[in-house]
Amino acid sequence: MTKPHTRHTGRMLLTHLFMITFGLIMLYPLIWMVFSAFKPNDELFSSIALLPKRPVWDSFKAGWRGTGQFTYTTFFKNTFLLVLPTVFFTVCSSSIVAYGFSRFDFRFKRPLLMLVIGTLLLPGSVLVIPRYLLFNRLGWLNTYLPFIVPAMFACNSFFIYMMIQFFRGIPKALDEAATLDGCNTFQVYLLVLMPICKPALFSAMIFQFIWTWNDFFGPLLYINSVKLYPISLALRMSLDSTMAANWNQVLAMSVLSLLPGTILFFTSQRYFVDGVSAGAIKG
Amino acid sequence: MRLSAAKKRSRMGYIYILPWLLGLLIFQLYPLIASFAYSFTEYRVTGSPKFIGLSNYLTILKNDDLFWQSLAVTFKYVLMAVPLKIIFALFVAIILSQKLRGINWYRTAYYIPSIFGGSVAVSILWRFLFMEDGLVNRILAQLNIPSVPWLSSPHVALLTLVFLSVWQFGSSMVLFLAALKQVPEDLYEAARIDGASRRHIFWHITLPMISPILSFNVLMQMINGFQDFTGSFVITGGGPLHSTYMIALKLYNDAFAHFKMGYASALSWILFLIIFLITAVFFKFTSAAVYYEDGGNRK
Repeated sequence: MTKPHTRHTGRMLLTHLFMITFGLIMLYPLIWMVFSAFKPNDELFSSIALLPKRPVWDSFKAGWRGTGQFTYTTFFKNTFLLVLPTVFFTVCSSSIVAYGFSRFDFRFKRPLLMLVIGTLLLPGSVLVIPRYLLFNRLGWLNTYLPFIVPAMFACNSFFIYMMIQFFRGIPKALDEAATLDGCNTFQVYLLVLMPICKPALFSAMIFQFIWTWNDFFGPLLYINSVKLYPISLALRMSLDSTMAANWNQVLAMSVLSLLPGTILFFTSQRYFVDGVSAGAIKG
Repeated sequence: MRLSAAKKRSRMGYIYILPWLLGLLIFQLYPLIASFAYSFTEYRVTGSPKFIGLSNYLTILKNDDLFWQSLAVTFKYVLMAVPLKIIFALFVAIILSQKLRGINWYRTAYYIPSIFGGSVAVSILWRFLFMEDGLVNRILAQLNIPSVPWLSSPHVALLTLVFLSVWQFGSSMVLFLAALKQVPEDLYEAARIDGASRRHIFWHITLPMISPILSFNVLMQMINGFQDFTGSFVITGGGPLHSTYMIALKLYNDAFAHFKMGYASALSWILFLIIFLITAVFFKFTSAAVYYEDGGNRK
């Protein structure tokens, strides 16, 4: 009786060993980047050891200075000014739209829903040029409006789709009870459904935060003065200017740029993974 | 004028979806039509568009060697990255779905590269790791393997970008995991009682049951792969010798470095058409192979 049991445990151990090794290989570049930021520049290219011989801070201090005229204080502030409104409006608009789709009946609802899905598959690159020209004509270049305004109009249908899936799981009896109690439709949305939707709202928030934070193409097109650069552009610029000589500074700032996303991910990874799965599976 | 309750409600429905509808018209439909119109014009940002018929398309197809080069590069990239990514994702997901303890830890660890992979920070890291005297080559040297010109040889530079893409298999893996969870346990049990081998179970139960997600993953990865930009822009700049000159990079250069808006619009429509055709062929091809539990009524 014991033999198959031990064989089973043995195989489990092997699986774990494999998964851990493979996982470490996967994460090694990131781990290595973090430790490298604490190494002096000459050590970066002389040793393959993970840990710095004696950790130094000056890469962070020097890197933070940025261009001299504009420090990373500016770049971080800019990124938050770009990201936070975008996230806020995305969550508001896409939950309202999803509410409309999942709780009301109206003509052309099905074809419109198909359009929500269809725009998911629409390659964004075909829209880039006219959008740029449009924003140019509106005088929105070199502002964060090209990010914030589309968010107000629920332009990323991924989030609508995700919220619709979530709303579907909430019994309509709740709405009806609230209506009997005298709530109007907006109150039903705000006071009844939103509190229940917290997990979905949360995962939409996290996704939009990290996507917008990491976005490079958008800022590259729409922002051209260094004063307004978000981190992604600042990093790319530092790669051009400080090149080769100061790799540890570039790495240090790269590490810092990943920090907010990392914190967010680890404090809320439950919502994160559930969010991804919810969108695709239940449909 | 008084409306019936149902009519009132349906009107409310329109009000709630109005933001999206407006957004669709202004930020998606209008640009779609506009770019189609621009594609038949010569348009430098400063002037106004001038109608020139099909000549943008003809120039691209006949005289633009860089277009064909970028198309070939992009196809090569997608054909290498997508299958590898899917195989890794599926393989790891299947291992994790065997009620492995600590599954959440593993899932998190494998998912992390997908979160940050598209960022400039990781592109910088990649460039640094794969430099001539970067970490990868120094590790190879320790193992007595001659160093590889990861970024400077036109033969391997694209491979370096493929690695970056495959490294981010986590997002597909998470979807596979969720799909695997939905496969009813009694199917496996019945198969085991009938004495089916593990390989048999994989090919005849697991794979058909998760085929909708499999095709979704492949499709999304292809569509995204065709438009990948950050890697080739930041890591290689399209070089060496245009060996990593992806079509998205060409589009960007034509539009925003040379300010040929009409020409770039035509290019974007060619890219759109390619992606559309692939999507259509893909749907036609897979609808026969994909197994839907309810007989395929919904799609």
